[in-house]
Amino acid sequence: MSARRPYVRPMEGWWKKNPFFVEYMVHEGTALFVAAYAFILLLGVMKLAEGKAAWDQWVLWLTSPFAIVLHVVLLLVFLYHTWTWFNIMPRTLPPMHAGGKRVSANTITVTGLAASCAASLLLLLVCWSIAR
Amino acid sequence: MKRSNAPIFWLLFGAGGMLSALIGAMLVFITGIAVPTGTILSRNLLEFERVQALAQNWAGKGFLFIIISLFLWHSAHRIFHTLHDLGIHAGIVAKLICYGSAFVGTLLALRALWTIGF
Repeated sequence: MSARRPYVRPMEGWWKKNPFFVEYMVHEGTALFVAAYAFILLLGVMKLAEGKAAWDQWVLWLTSPFAIVLHVVLLLVFLYHTWTWFNIMPRTLPPMHAGGKRVSANTITVTGLAASCAASLLLLLVCWSIAR
Repeated sequence: MKRSNAPIFWLLFGAGGMLSALIGAMLVFITGIAVPTGTILSRNLLEFERVQALAQNWAGKGFLFIIISLFLWHSAHRIFHTLHDLGIHAGIVAKLICYGSAFVGTLLALRALWTIGF
C-alpha cells in the first residue's frame, strides 16, 4: 500500500455557501418532481390498459387528500421549473439575431413565459370545452 | 473517432424540459387538482370511456407517449448530471439507474398504449 493520501476537497454541502448555487440545486431538483408526475401519468396509462375497474381505482386515488396535496406541491414545483427554464434559456440558446441586433435575454425569457401561458390556456380551454 | 451519444440525451432533456415548461404546470393542475376536486373542469373529463377514446386516437396516443417519455428523459438526464454536483461521480451505475428507469418507463408506456389498441 502506498502511504500517499492525497487531499481531496470534501464536496459535502458546497452549494449551500452561495445563494446562486442554492438556486441552481433547487432548479435541478425540480427534475425529481417532473419524474414523479411522469410516473403518476405512466401508472394511469397502465391502469387504462388494464380496463375500467383499474382505471376507476386510479382516478379514485387522485381524489384522495394525499394525492391532492401531492399535486399542489407538484404544481408549485412545475411553476418554478417553468420560471427557471425560461430564465436560463437566454444562456442555453445559441445567440440569436434579429434586425442586425442580438435578441436580448429579457426578450427570450418573456417570449418563453408568454408562450407557456398561451399553450397552457389553450390546453385548459380544450379540456373545458370537451367536458362542461 | 467514436461518436458521442451525449447529444441524443441532451436533446431529449431539452425537449422534455421545454414541453414541461410550456404545459407541465397546467397538466398537473388539470389531472391532479381541477378534475379530482371538480373545480373549473368537470369530474367526468377523466371518465374511462373518454380517456380510452383519447388513447385510442393516434394523436391522443402520441400526445400521451410524448408527455410521459420526454418528462422521464428530461428528469433522468438532469438527475444524472446533478449527482455529479453532489459528489456522486457519474459512473456506469448512476447512468444505468437514471437512463435505465427512463428507458423502462418509455417501454411500459409503449406497451400500455399498444394494449389499449386503436
